Amino acid sequence: MTFQTFIFYFFAAVLIFAALRVITARNPVHAALFLVLAFFTSAGIWVLLQAEFLAIALVLVYVGAVMVLFLFVVMMLDINIARLREGFWSYLPLGALVAFLLAAEMGLVLASRYTGLADMPAPPPLPAGYSNTKELGRLLYTEYVYPFEIAAVILLVAIVAAIALTLRRRKQSKYIDPAKQINVRRADRVRIVTMPSEKKDQ
Amino acid sequence: MQYILPLWPAYPELFMLAMVCAILVADLFVSDDNRIITYALTQAALAGCFAITWLTITGEPIHTFSGMFVDDLMSDVLKLFTYLGVMVMLVYSRAYIATRGLFRGEFFVLVLFATLGMMIMISANHLLTLYLGLELLALSLYALVALQRDSAIATEAAMKYFVLGALASGMLLYGMSMIYGATGTLEITRLSEIVFDGGGKDVVLVFGLVFIVAGLGFKLGAVPFHMWVPDVYHGAPTAVTLFIGSAPKLAAFAFVIRLLVQGLGAEQLLAEWQQMLIVMAVLSMAIGNITAIAQTNLKRMLAYSTISHMGFLLLGILSGDLNGYGSGMFYVVVYVLMNLGTFGMIMLLSRSGFEAENLEDFKGLNQRNPWYAFLMLLLMFSMAGMPPTVGFYAKLSVLQAVVNAGYLWLAVVAVLFSLIGAFYYLRIVRLMYFETPQDTAPIVPRADARVLLAANGLAVLVLGIFPERLMALCMYSIQASLYVTQ
Repeated sequence: MTFQTFIFYFFAAVLIFAALRVITARNPVHAALFLVLAFFTSAGIWVLLQAEFLAIALVLVYVGAVMVLFLFVVMMLDINIARLREGFWSYLPLGALVAFLLAAEMGLVLASRYTGLADMPAPPPLPAGYSNTKELGRLLYTEYVYPFEIAAVILLVAIVAAIALTLRRRKQSKYIDPAKQINVRRADRVRIVTMPSEKKDQ
Repeated sequence: MQYILPLWPAYPELFMLAMVCAILVADLFVSDDNRIITYALTQAALAGCFAITWLTITGEPIHTFSGMFVDDLMSDVLKLFTYLGVMVMLVYSRAYIATRGLFRGEFFVLVLFATLGMMIMISANHLLTLYLGLELLALSLYALVALQRDSAIATEAAMKYFVLGALASGMLLYGMSMIYGATGTLEITRLSEIVFDGGGKDVVLVFGLVFIVAGLGFKLGAVPFHMWVPDVYHGAPTAVTLFIGSAPKLAAFAFVIRLLVQGLGAEQLLAEWQQMLIVMAVLSMAIGNITAIAQTNLKRMLAYSTISHMGFLLLGILSGDLNGYGSGMFYVVVYVLMNLGTFGMIMLLSRSGFEAENLEDFKGLNQRNPWYAFLMLLLMFSMAGMPPTVGFYAKLSVLQAVVNAGYLWLAVVAVLFSLIGAFYYLRIVRLMYFETPQDTAPIVPRADARVLLAANGLAVLVLGIFPERLMALCMYSIQASLYVTQ
């Protein structure tokens, strides 16, 4: 076993452990932290595959931005774990049986002679001056420009849908319109009433 | 490096995207009273796409965007029907959404985005574009279902649709990744070459195929992956139900053809997915038709009827030859036509604060308005597959293909379940003609909806008497698209 294979198995083991803990951890904050670990180890595997740009993007974007946001949301929401786990034990036997069967069958297929290490060789080493980022950029804007644009449209739909589903004009909200505030005239606010003076009753 | 590609085959998609963005911005400057402008722009976008697609038909498959996009006759024909379906759906639902506070820019923009997703799916020649088109369609549909925020039932439907849709996408993606692992390509044309040459690792290919078929089953709503269909059909606003039940079925048909037939259609794999589709088709027809009998809500009943119709569609595809695919295409076009009419009728009888979604609401329709009762009768006859309506011919041609493929027992089973299905369609006819009306409010549709609905109902009859043209079109477009290289 070369050092590289050792590293690969190490990362793979940590990744599977972290992924399992994401769905088994009782505390949602722990689950989110294990997801961070899972992202980090998959980034490690990508580095092994010489895709260093993707690895760095994964760490920067997912670990750095998305997961932090996610953690904030999890911490701010007061999730009642006891209620989420209602009915867990009654569904467990059937669910576990199905999951076990599925996993066993998939294992049998995937552990066959087709998916050994020899079938998935490591990519050939690249020359020193090779730029991963440049290659990705070139592919993204030439060969993959069509799916790239569609992905952009999907993000646009997500924005439109999120706004359409959450934005509502509340009648009772007391928002301020500076333009109206500036344009206000004295007559709009103060009404001067002329009144004859009255004598105090004796 | 220079990079030039023919852009014109994708003009409809580009035009659609430009129009959606324009409408998105233009809608901001339109006041609520003039929302009709957004509506008109939406119809104009669809009409423009129709014109562009019509003018760029060549009949030859043309690949562009590095083989990710294909423009063949099948895609052109399906796209034309998609535009028509969406346009008709918008006309029918105009009064309905106006009385429910949905006559907003977002509704139209999301509908157009969904249409763009369908166009991308129909023209995809790459698993990546297929998947992205599907997600574009699905995301827009989730949002459309949930657009009626104050309705608890709509929100629940959207949630179920979203969770199960995400699960289905996951399955599909997992299957696609296995296929990629086995063949090393995602491009459908290359994929089919590799598979036809007997390359690729068989076990892994079949393993991926299982997941892909499961994902497709979810998206089509075929048993045993049908759980979301009744809830979504029932919970969504009727206009959205109509939308989900019409044009996306055309895209789903294209999806199945591209993925299973074009990509994985080689002998050894065809035999595999044929078996899976047989199980799904028989179960869909059985559970769809039998459960529909017990429904009192018309939208739920039509949801189960959709499940059984999808079973019939799968029958056409699993026949595995030109006849089967052609009659499958004919079936799905006819199904969209019937569905448009039926849901159009439900929306016609609905009014502000009242949904005509229960079977009782159709009681005595003949006394209230004989003309609409007659149109509904035609649509129900067609759904049940009775001559002389087009539904009969659609079922007949699928059955012929199944028998030709050597599955006589399957045809017998299909006929038996169709007979069971005829019961609940004819029950509506009985309610309309032999019961006294409970609801006596006058029916006052808009003029455009009235004319279109009449045309839709009569088309079911006319196409039933003269089906040859449409059938020939379907057969020819399948032949010109699938059987060029072989």
